[in-house]
Amino acid sequence: MSLNATGSELMDSEEDVITKIVVISSDSVLPIDAAMKVYQSETAITIKETCFGTMVTGPRNAVDRVVDELRAMDMNHVFVKERGFRPGDERRCRAVRGGGPRPGFHYLREEVQMLPMIGKALDAYDKHVPLAEIHRAKKIEVKKLKDIIESNI
Amino acid sequence: MAKVIIYPINSLILSDLVERFGHKPLAMMEKIKEKVNTVGVDSPPLNITAEEPKMGLKYAAVEVPAGVRGRMAIVGPMIDEAEAAVIVNEASMAFGCMGCARTNELTKYLIRKKEIPILEVEYPRSEEEGQEFVYKIAEFLKSLPPEDKV
Repeated sequence: MSLNATGSELMDSEEDVITKIVVISSDSVLPIDAAMKVYQSETAITIKETCFGTMVTGPRNAVDRVVDELRAMDMNHVFVKERGFRPGDERRCRAVRGGGPRPGFHYLREEVQMLPMIGKALDAYDKHVPLAEIHRAKKIEVKKLKDIIESNI
Repeated sequence: MAKVIIYPINSLILSDLVERFGHKPLAMMEKIKEKVNTVGVDSPPLNITAEEPKMGLKYAAVEVPAGVRGRMAIVGPMIDEAEAAVIVNEASMAFGCMGCARTNELTKYLIRKKEIPILEVEYPRSEEEGQEFVYKIAEFLKSLPPEDKV
């Protein structure tokens, strides 16, 4: 195989192995439940349990099938995205890099904090709940600000 | 199924919502996978070859910092491929790991310049805003053509 082969050429010639991050933000499903579900599946995939859920690695079809099963456990509270690096990849794994959060973790953590809100909104969308009126904080007018400043003098 | 580019380009929430409503998210992770898994590493840790800076030049001038051009070598082809876009403005996460503010500006500019359906929403900061955020994205994604273009 040529060293100059592009990624897509390689993927065509080899089995397309992918990794997906499954984040659980559910009141009824725990990350361990998701992990057990994956262990029960008959497909040859690798999983890594994490504090936020699991990472599933394997052939694309198998991973997609397992991820669909995981989603079905709590449709609106299980979130999935693909990951570039495999779990344990030396370029990212903190075991090799000497500790500390792995690159990308802060981003994921920030989004994980938002997931209960998103899950609730998805539930409401499914139930066709009308949108609540939103009270957005308005910027204070210059005149009012001046009045406040002067009133303190 | 439309190819929907998301901004922030590595967002879990947007990537999930796009997939959930039956479309293909164009996200950074998939492109990075190609870079790190291709055999024959030219310059670890990513598989950057001499072709990347040239690809970046298609999207940013030569005077633009190399970091922007390097990032655009990955983001640019995604924009070319996109058939629709979801942009979240003022996302706090777009600062930090997502790095370069100029790349982010250029990415948004190139998406807006392309004549594709675009949804721009504000980053939600309360539960009501979160509901509106999801509703808008869901309605937008449902309005996109469900089947492949022939």
